[in-house]
Amino acid sequence: MNYLADVGALARKDLLLELRARDTLPAMLLFVVSALVVFHFVLPAGSSDLAATGLLWVALLFTALLGLSRAFAAEREQGVIDGLVLAPSDRSAIWLGKALSILAFLALAELIALPAFALFFRHIDGTLVGGVALADVGIAAVGTLLAAMAAASRARELLLPLLFLPLAIPIVVGGVGASVADDPARYLGLLGLYDALFAIICWASFEYVVTE
Amino acid sequence: MIRARALEKRYGDKRILRGIDLDVGPDDFLLVTGPNGSGKTTLLRLCAGLAAPTRGDFELGVSRGRIGYVAHEPLVYRELTALENLDLYGRLYRISERRERIGMLLERFGLWDARHERVASYSRGMLQRLALCRAFLHEPDLLLLDEPYSGLDDEGALVLDRELTERAPRTAFVVATHEPERLRRHATDLLALA
Repeated sequence: MNYLADVGALARKDLLLELRARDTLPAMLLFVVSALVVFHFVLPAGSSDLAATGLLWVALLFTALLGLSRAFAAEREQGVIDGLVLAPSDRSAIWLGKALSILAFLALAELIALPAFALFFRHIDGTLVGGVALADVGIAAVGTLLAAMAAASRARELLLPLLFLPLAIPIVVGGVGASVADDPARYLGLLGLYDALFAIICWASFEYVVTE
Repeated sequence: MIRARALEKRYGDKRILRGIDLDVGPDDFLLVTGPNGSGKTTLLRLCAGLAAPTRGDFELGVSRGRIGYVAHEPLVYRELTALENLDLYGRLYRISERRERIGMLLERFGLWDARHERVASYSRGMLQRLALCRAFLHEPDLLLLDEPYSGLDDEGALVLDRELTERAPRTAFVVATHEPERLRRHATDLLALA
């Protein structure tokens, strides 16, 4: 129970910070809508739904990257990560609290992005929404760990995409597959497996990322 | 509480600390002095468990939840108020009667009236007072203070003097400072880094 209380306190703090500073979510919203508008004009008239769906995933992935690049900004700038690491709570609670807040930002960005996609390109169905939801879990889990690693580096803006994009390939494969394949269950299963596997790895390894 | 033998710390090729021997008991007060770049902050980070020694033996006989740490940075969120910052730490440290304790510390350090203001609007001295409140919040057994008087005005310095006098008999201290004279009366040992 204490662990969940710590996670709740840390996630609530991140949401409060965003509510006050408004420096991540508005940027994510603006980016994803702008990207979809650009893609709308880039795709030739009569292009297939498959191409449009692929571009949706590109937009979502880079929107997530934008949010992740700010994930540990407050902790880095104020040195707060040392204070959190010194607290007696399990250090993985820092990762889980941050991953939950990233997940909330992604979900809010997609609340705008998916209707915009439906407006510009094609209708959205349950499997696409399910694929996006499962992909968000994986993005938040892996992205939070990598954002913490990158935050400790001077080349953090460069390092995060270099670390994150290769690890996000299975998410893209699963997400696009779930959105367009005749048998989406296989791809949703892949996303679920990825989420479970990487959530455990990231949960267990976060402590080593934030300590020397 | 802290025992170190032949402690060495390097960052890459640069040697920050070399051959440090330390013994800090439960009611000891160790003053650490030295010029800029002599490794005072690094030594405190080692004592806090925030950094690992490159070489040597190091034993920390206290759990990290019993350490209070004042660093160069106040380790608080600028977009939260003093009350919200201390409440977050109070929850993470599972402090019973958290609100009363936070209120008492804010009152003592003269931050009560500014408790609902965002930390971003605080002066350097107010930030240092808040950092001290954060470090004292959970009644630590070991206090690691890096230049604790930095930014404090005369009134703030007097409050800190009182706190140190009150806590010195029952708390272990490792204090890095450029003003050893101010703390000499508490000190049980002195480590001068070169």
